[in-house]
This record gives sequence, structure tokens and C-alpha cells, in this order.
Amino acid sequence: MHWLGLVPFLTFVTLFLILPTLYIVVGAFRAQGGGFTLDNITGLNTASIRSAYWVSIKISLASASLGCLVGFCMAAAMTLGDLPKFVRGPLLTFSGVASNFAGVPLAFAFLATLGPIGLVTVFLRTNLGIDLRAMGFNILSFWGLTITYLFFQIPLMILIITPALDGLKREWREAAAILGATGPQYWRMVAFPILFPSILGTMALLFANSFGAVATAIALTGSSLNIVPILLFAQIRGDVLGNPYLGYALAFGMIIVTGIANTIYIVLRARSERWQK
Amino acid sequence: MTRIAAWGAIALGMLYFLMPLVGMAEFSLKMRRGVYSLDAYARVLGDPKFQETFGYSVVMAIFTILFGVLLVVPTAYWVRLKLPGARPYIEFVTLLPLVIPAIVVVFGYIRLYNTSSWLPLTGTAMGTNILLMFGYTTLALPYMYRAVDTGLRTIDVATMTEAAQSLGAGWITILARIILPNVLVAVLSGAFLTFAIVIGEFTMAALLNRPAFGPYMQLLGANRAYEPAALAVIAFAITWACMGLIQLVTRLSKHDRARN
Repeated sequence: MHWLGLVPFLTFVTLFLILPTLYIVVGAFRAQGGGFTLDNITGLNTASIRSAYWVSIKISLASASLGCLVGFCMAAAMTLGDLPKFVRGPLLTFSGVASNFAGVPLAFAFLATLGPIGLVTVFLRTNLGIDLRAMGFNILSFWGLTITYLFFQIPLMILIITPALDGLKREWREAAAILGATGPQYWRMVAFPILFPSILGTMALLFANSFGAVATAIALTGSSLNIVPILLFAQIRGDVLGNPYLGYALAFGMIIVTGIANTIYIVLRARSERWQK
Repeated sequence: MTRIAAWGAIALGMLYFLMPLVGMAEFSLKMRRGVYSLDAYARVLGDPKFQETFGYSVVMAIFTILFGVLLVVPTAYWVRLKLPGARPYIEFVTLLPLVIPAIVVVFGYIRLYNTSSWLPLTGTAMGTNILLMFGYTTLALPYMYRAVDTGLRTIDVATMTEAAQSLGAGWITILARIILPNVLVAVLSGAFLTFAIVIGEFTMAALLNRPAFGPYMQLLGANRAYEPAALAVIAFAITWACMGLIQLVTRLSKHDRARN
């Protein structure tokens, strides 16, 4: 009878997490009058929805890979770069704050910085004669959104990869050196293969993280950029696609993408933990 | 050589992070032409809509935290005590909100709990508030559960329970007076993080049409120039304060433990 103690929790999770999600998933395969259909899924195959998914995936890929790269460099500099001890604590604390500073205020911060009359835009134009706008940069665009997302992607990478970097044992490096390995060789043949699952796994997590980001995108671009979260938001508000079942299919597609990314993360995480005993 | 490269990486990274922070702070001071002033802050703080929505979100955050604690602490405790085999499954369920985007969950709410359904929560303002609180609880679940579960790992749950039971304590006494005080630091960490999440949350509140702080910020952003930057500074300060409080309680507890 021990499972009775779990009843409140399971009831809550079923009613307010599982059932709502299942309702969407089932709705994606339901015909207008009831009954099973694949029409809603195939209905996603229009030029505008295809492009929404494609732009979303591109932004997520760009912000995830750049976030991984920059976050890895900063975390490696912090753990292995022979820096004074006082760098580590503040940087990790700041990462905790920045990875949670997302949503609407983050968009405002970047508008005030890289927007048409933002600090950096004006500084570059008046002092260095560089006109970002003439160069084709616009904060309400693919790159604008990617740069903004990096503000929470990089810190998340730092927070997740630092334990993995700490787990690189000094003995491995010494053993490699005794066998005659140079620094780059040690990285290429020892450290990187060990870190690779962690890096790739975190990248998948960052991908899902930016793919599901709604608030930042809406506050930054309004509805001017055609990406999946914004499209779904508009669909829930006012059925812009003209077919409620298409909305379910759109949401189902989102679950599939973030689900795949998270599965990759979980599998690779389990692999990478083999080295951290 | 390594050290120079390391400093370079940190410095470049920090430059990127400082840029928008300086940008928003500077912009928020520029409302009055030609001089720096706090006009934008005065305008924001004096706006009755700001006070209303901010108050609403604070109350929602408090209720979310209370509900989350009531839900998570007994469950995590029970799993540790009686059902250790179920732990991986429960943990998996608590991580689901990271997999399912919030916008999908709230989409399901709107369809499942509308006025013509068996549980018409969205029919009344109070019902919608409760639904929103449940939504926030799912958002906070991954962090709350992990924090509490980690806290429980550091204490001997079984021995404490038996000791309390042999002194005649019932389950509620055990939970409220033995377990909760022992995992208080973990609970507080989870609570501050929940607060930071709820206070700025946009998607769920906007789609459920509740007057929360997130949708208010978005609306202001679409219509004003300088006030949004001031709001961003305020929101950043709140996030920073929440994280600072987490560090503080963690450090205080370590200090306590070392002294004992």
C-alpha cells in the first residue's frame, strides 16, 4: 500500500502535465468530426509553416553551437587556464543569474543595446563611423535573436560543462605526457573524446532551450519574425491558421523536436558520467 | 601563454555579458533629454498598473512556492523512505517540464479546462488563477524536486522517522517538525528559484489572460521607449537578489554544520 503516498503527486502531474500534453498529441491526429487522421500533420507542409520550423531550427542550432563554443572556452579558461582563484566563484554565480535572466526583460536589454538607438549602435555610428543598419544588421532578425539567446545559452553551458572539466584528472594529462604526447595531442586524443558526450549532450539541451523560448522572441520581435513559438502563440490566441487542429499539429511538432533533443541529452549524459566516478 | 589566452577568453565573454547590462542601465536613465535622470523609474514605479501586476505576480509566486513545497516535500520524502525503486521514474516525471515547452502545456490547459469541460477552471478569475498556479508549479517542479531530493540525501531519513515514531509522532508531525526543518535550506533554494521564474513568466500568464508582471512588461515594451529598460534593470535586480539569497542560505547552512 506504499504507493498510496504518491497519489497526490501523481494526481497533480497527471491532471496538469500529462493529460494536457496528451490532449494536444491526440488532437494532432484527430479529424474535425472525430476519428483518426494524418491530415493535420500533412497540413503542416505549407510554405509558411515549413519556413517557421526551418528558421526556428536554424536559430536554435546557431545559438546552441555558438553557446557551446563560447561557454566551453570560458569554462576551460576558468578551470584549466591557471587563473587566480577569485575568478571562479563570481563567474559561476553570474552564470546562475544570467541563465535565469531570460524572457521579456532580456529582450529589453538587447533592444537598449543593439536596437536602432541602442548604446552600442549609437556608439559605433558616432565614434567609429560603423553603421550597423547599413551593414544589414537588425536586432529583429535571425542574428539579432541568436545574439540575444546567447545571453542565457553561454552561462548554461558554463554551468553544465564545468563539472565535466573539473573531472579531467591530472593523472591522465601526466600519463599522456610521459608517453610523449604534446599538449594538442593530449586534447585531441584524451581530453576531447572524454568531454565529447558532455559537449554534444549540452548542445542538445541548449537547442531545446532556445527552440521553446517564447517570451524573449515575442518581446523582441513582436510578430515580425516567423518562428514556431511565435506562430503557435498567435494560433492559440486567435487561430491564425484557420484550423484549430493544425494548432495541435504545430504544438505536437514542437514536442517532437524538443523531445528528440532532450533524449540525445539524457543518453549522452549517461555516457559521459561513466568517467566521473 | 595559457594564462593570457585564458584571460582573453574570460574578458571577451564578460564584454559580451556586460554590454547589454550597461546598455539597458544607460538607456533607462536617458528619459530626460540631455541629462541622466531617474524619470523612467519614477514613471514605472508610479504606474498603478505596475503596482497591480507586480503585486499579482508576487502573490502568485508565494502561492506557487507554498503549493510546490506541500507537493514536493512529502513526495520526495515518501519515495526516499518507502519506494526507493520508484525514484528514477518520479525523477523522470519531474524533468518532463523541461522537455515539454510551457506553451504546449498551457495550450492543453485552455482546451482541457475551458468552460464546457468537466473541470471548468477557466470559467472564473479565481479558477484561472489556480490553474496558472498549477502551471507555475509544473515549471518549477524540476528545480524544486531536485533541490529537495538532494537535501534529503544528506540526512538519514529512515532513522529520523523511526526515532520520531517511537516517540509517538504522526506523519504530519514528522514532516512538519523533523523533515522540513532539516531540508529547509534546499527548500529555500528551490523557493527563491521559483520566485525568479514566476515573477517574470510571460507565456502562461499571457495565454490565460491574467494580469501578471510578464505580460505587463511585454505590453509596455511594445508601446514605450525608456520605461522597458528601467523594467529590465528592475527584473535583473530581482533575479540577482534571488540567486544571491540562494547562495546566502547555502553558505549559512554550511557554516552551521561546520560548527556543530
